[in-house]
Amino acid sequence: MGAFLVRRLSINVLVFFLITIAIFALVHKTPGDPIAMQIPADQLNSGSAEFIAQKRAELGLDGSLVTQYWHWLTNALHGDLGYSLLNGRPVTEVLGERVGPTVELMGVGLLVSLLIAFPLGILAARRRNSWLDYGATVVSLGSVSVPVFFVALIVIYVFTLKFQWFPSSGISDPTNPSLLNTLHHLVLPALILGFGNSGPFMRYVRSSMITELGADYVRTANAKGAPPRRVVLRHAFRNSLIPVLTVIASNLPQLLAGAVVIEQVFAWPGMGQLAVSSVNQHDYSVIVGFALLIAILVLLSNLLADVLYTVVDPRVRLR
Amino acid sequence: MTESLLRIDGLGVDFHTDDGVVHAVTDVSLAVEAGEIVAIVGESGSGKTVTAMSVLRLLPKAAEVSADAIAFRGTDLRTLSGAELRKIRGGPVGMIFQDPMTALNPVMTIGAQVAEAVVLHQVRPDKKAAWQRAIELLRLVGVPDPGERVKQYPHEFSGGMRQRAMIAMAIANDPDLIIADEPTTALDVTIQAQVLALLKKAQAETGAATILITHDLGIVAELADRVVVMYAGRVVESAGVTELFATPRHPYTKGLLASLPRMDVDVDQLDPIPGNPPNMADPPAGCAFHPRCPLARDRCRTDRPPLLAIGAGRTSACHFNEELA
Ligand SMILES: Nc1ncnc2c1ncn2[C@@H]1O[C@H](COP(=O)(O)OP(=O)(O)OP(=O)(O)O)[C@@H](O)[C@H]1O
Ligand code: SF4
Ligand SMILES: [Mg+2]
Repeated sequence: MGAFLVRRLSINVLVFFLITIAIFALVHKTPGDPIAMQIPADQLNSGSAEFIAQKRAELGLDGSLVTQYWHWLTNALHGDLGYSLLNGRPVTEVLGERVGPTVELMGVGLLVSLLIAFPLGILAARRRNSWLDYGATVVSLGSVSVPVFFVALIVIYVFTLKFQWFPSSGISDPTNPSLLNTLHHLVLPALILGFGNSGPFMRYVRSSMITELGADYVRTANAKGAPPRRVVLRHAFRNSLIPVLTVIASNLPQLLAGAVVIEQVFAWPGMGQLAVSSVNQHDYSVIVGFALLIAILVLLSNLLADVLYTVVDPRVRLR
Repeated sequence: MTESLLRIDGLGVDFHTDDGVVHAVTDVSLAVEAGEIVAIVGESGSGKTVTAMSVLRLLPKAAEVSADAIAFRGTDLRTLSGAELRKIRGGPVGMIFQDPMTALNPVMTIGAQVAEAVVLHQVRPDKKAAWQRAIELLRLVGVPDPGERVKQYPHEFSGGMRQRAMIAMAIANDPDLIIADEPTTALDVTIQAQVLALLKKAQAETGAATILITHDLGIVAELADRVVVMYAGRVVESAGVTELFATPRHPYTKGLLASLPRMDVDVDQLDPIPGNPPNMADPPAGCAFHPRCPLARDRCRTDRPPLLAIGAGRTSACHFNEELA
């Protein structure tokens, strides 16, 4: 198991460096003087020409592209991503306060999508070509083909405007920022995000379960006298997880994309909202930091999938 | 007349496929008495597995099964409820499958799988006791160092060891009937002999009757008491093992025996039956064997020969039984 994880980890680290090179290329290509992204705006405006030249040398901006990359990377790895062009605050700080809400939204959204996908996928696989199977297909098709913002608008109309059951704006009431209140605010965005992602998951769970239910070891379990519940959950389900895990991990970018849209609609103060406003306002240093953060998140989730693999599939542990 | 341990009467199994209806098994009857070993032989696709699976109702849903009776100790298995059937599966009837790699769950330890066979039939489920019993069973079937190896997964076992674990599961609850579907086909030749010896031992110790499905007439000669020969989904001959080998009466059986390597004949003089088994979606009219039968006459192309008693405990389905005696 150790060897497998070490190998996966080194691949991920390598990919990470390739991504940083790509991001650096972006930095290099952004309009304007790169120094504007790397020192606070007030210093830039008030500083003398000598001061700026000295900073430029410190930041390695005089050197070759390679030195520039190296400076940029080491600073980034130390948590120094430069300063927002908009308000001069450190990018790390600006991003940092946005990570929590997005992770919260994505985490609960993912949970919701799995809670929809697993039971429905398993049931559809067991009763293939029944009305339940067709119903599940329709639901999953609906979840992928109806745009998230459209679902969001309908849901807001029904549950916020008509019935007033759930709030549809912000992460919590400023006057009452309790956990319960936050959860109350989380209900609609997380449900919509989860529903939107449940479709593909369900299809994969279903097809993976169908494969496993036809496997020889399932027949063996039946021949031993195992009841259907046990055959499905103990035997087939665990095997079906192996391919499904990959799909879930590789789908995380889509989940994030969904979160970006939902953050807009629900005024959810997360990274997505920040990213959109930064793009609108040409705040390149924040955009670059955002890109780097996304890369890290995606790689981390891949790594998590690898770890889960070793838990689920004993054959991987040996490889 | 006392009730047989297992009696299958008039079994038919159809599959509806894109190529039309496949009559995988037609009008198969056979009885297994307590303690005896009945071999089912026949070429690939002759319906051996389908016959065996229909006993414990293990065929896929797509299979259409009809029968006059599938009775185990006088109880018709076709009408049992799911719960009643599960008491028989893995209890008094144990099964061993052909490919022990795919027949074992890759993500469960060997111990958990053997212990599961035990626990499912305990009156009061006791996981600890079942685990101990699993170790004991693995020792019984000759898995070395069973205390350690119970914790391993199937991929850590060799083919032979996996099949030993399968046998351990099949005999876990002291069965009266073991159904073994080509238990050695997937194994190396050297391992085959060991696993066969183990099967023999298990059979001797449990006293279980056995249905042994195989292509290998050598195994039949060594283990079986009686032989049922199948061709194209039907029984074409059945007899005691000595009689069958000494005086085969059906041309197909004769062909099978002629293809056996013998001590007194050079190997390159082997005489396999020419031609291939029929396509079961469109079997030949008359006697299904006629395209390959050296004795076929006009009548064989149109009339199907019935399976007739041809002496004590013998049946054969050929128009020319009398001449072949
Ligand atoms: N699930 C299925 N769907 C369609 N046809 C099937 C199915 N299972 C078996 N058959 C057909 O039934 C016939 C008998 O198959 P069976 O597996 O019983 O043969 P067998 O005698 O066990 O052969 P082998 O020696 O290769 O194991 C074959 O023609 C096969 O194609
Ligand atoms: S009935 Fe005819 S074709 Fe069939 S086995 Fe007998 S001789 Fe051969
Ligand atoms: Mg078979």
